[in-house]
Amino acid sequence: MMGAVGRFFAAIGHPVIDGIERLGFASRFFGLILLRSGTSLLRFGLVIREIFAAGVLSMLIIIVSGLFVGMVLGLQGYRTLQTYGSADSLGVLVALSLVRELGPVVAALLFAGRAGTAMTTEVGLMKTTEQLSALSMMAVDPMARVIAPRFWGGVIAMPLLAAIFSAVGVFGGYLVGVVLLGVDDGTFWSQMQAAVDFREDILNGVFKSLIFGCVISAIALFEGYDAPPTAEGVSRATTRTVVTSSLAILALDFVLTAFMFIGV
Amino acid sequence: MSNDNLVEIRDLSFAYGNRPILNGINLTAPRGKVIAIMGGSGSGKTTLLRLIGGQLRPNAGEVRVDGQRVDQLNTRELYALRRKMGMLFQFGALFTDLSVFDNVAFQMREHTDLPEALIHDLVLMKLQAVGLRGVSQMMPAELSGGMARRVALARAVALDPMLIMYDEPFTGLDPISLGVIGNLIRRMTDTLGLTSIVVTHDIQESLKIVDYVYFVSNGVIEAEGTPEEILASTAPFVHQFIHGEEDGPVPFHYPAADYAHDLGLGART
Repeated sequence: MMGAVGRFFAAIGHPVIDGIERLGFASRFFGLILLRSGTSLLRFGLVIREIFAAGVLSMLIIIVSGLFVGMVLGLQGYRTLQTYGSADSLGVLVALSLVRELGPVVAALLFAGRAGTAMTTEVGLMKTTEQLSALSMMAVDPMARVIAPRFWGGVIAMPLLAAIFSAVGVFGGYLVGVVLLGVDDGTFWSQMQAAVDFREDILNGVFKSLIFGCVISAIALFEGYDAPPTAEGVSRATTRTVVTSSLAILALDFVLTAFMFIGV
Repeated sequence: MSNDNLVEIRDLSFAYGNRPILNGINLTAPRGKVIAIMGGSGSGKTTLLRLIGGQLRPNAGEVRVDGQRVDQLNTRELYALRRKMGMLFQFGALFTDLSVFDNVAFQMREHTDLPEALIHDLVLMKLQAVGLRGVSQMMPAELSGGMARRVALARAVALDPMLIMYDEPFTGLDPISLGVIGNLIRRMTDTLGLTSIVVTHDIQESLKIVDYVYFVSNGVIEAEGTPEEILASTAPFVHQFIHGEEDGPVPFHYPAADYAHDLGLGART
């Protein structure tokens, strides 16, 4: 009987202890990234390369998704607002939804799927093929040379991608609302201009996406660096990158929104 | 401590957690010689290389390279020492996102302020020495296994180290590439005045080129000697290893419970 109870607690305790241990490793890893970031600043070319890999190569999926999300917002928003006879405010609805929420969050989810997985597999395979070992045997610190530039590349690329997502989304809303459904051109833009606050709305959105960029890059790099050096290990690490960073984005978004816009 | 020995290992023990890997290893690598560390797969040979390179720290004993205690250096001192070491990894470990040229130039660009024109000439000289100047603009993925390892060798000697460690340099190569790599190891050692430590289980190729052999098995040095002594050795382990015999001191069967019992035939006698 004690055996069964003991096993029950062991079955709960083991994953919890493992989880806490991994969280500890991840935190130390994150601290180490920040400590070894000197090289990234001195040799900014390394970071620019990673901004290209994480940012520019993610542009297509970000632009296409942004356009469609904006167009759907235009359709749905128009239907609902027209019920109350305020279809003129469509521009405000589209812009605020995108800049405050959908831009940072959806772009971050896409970024985790497109760039985060790429980081995990690249670092994981560099470890598997002993390239990281080779670096350290050549007296080049892999944290400074490989990990930190990728981290900063992701942190810088993420807000830019979110901004592009929002901008393209607003344009998508304009296409549907003004061009297709006939909302007045002038009211669409002027109401938007009057209602969207630079500091309150736009900067807060940018701040959100900065945080998301940090979280996704750190998770993706940690999973890659920590992956067992096998095919299965790297594939599992990639899956974990998507799952963990998506959950982290959604949970953090709630917390950040509560602090920023409601002022809890 | 004699200054003639570049690497000296004394009473070295190492364990991964509770699993002992090496137990009381003594080994020296005199300057200018090619030393082989042989043993079966999983006998701790590669671990030994990682201990010499300072990637792992021993549980007991000491590792000296060029008079410095590797196991007691801090990160900065270790990196300073590693600039004088080269390592050839099992499959080359070339940086797949850089061309062959950039791979060989990598350390020169990271560690020196040499002008690009000089780096260009140095890289081509290193590639010429391994016979692959013609592939300098290719990517590592376009190379065969043997070529990748020769490029990795050119990269390892890029900064003229005093010690090169080879992790299984012969694995998975065709007979021609095998001979090429073997001769390169010998020639590089002699012409550049290096010291080489080769971890391998390829007995035929390595006995042709090395000066001294250590046999590692079960975490201890089972036998050592010059290639002639090794070939003449009557020690059971060495004999089994050299002749590739199936059963001997290294058993064919992994330890297991009684066979009859496992098959459920235990009671029938």
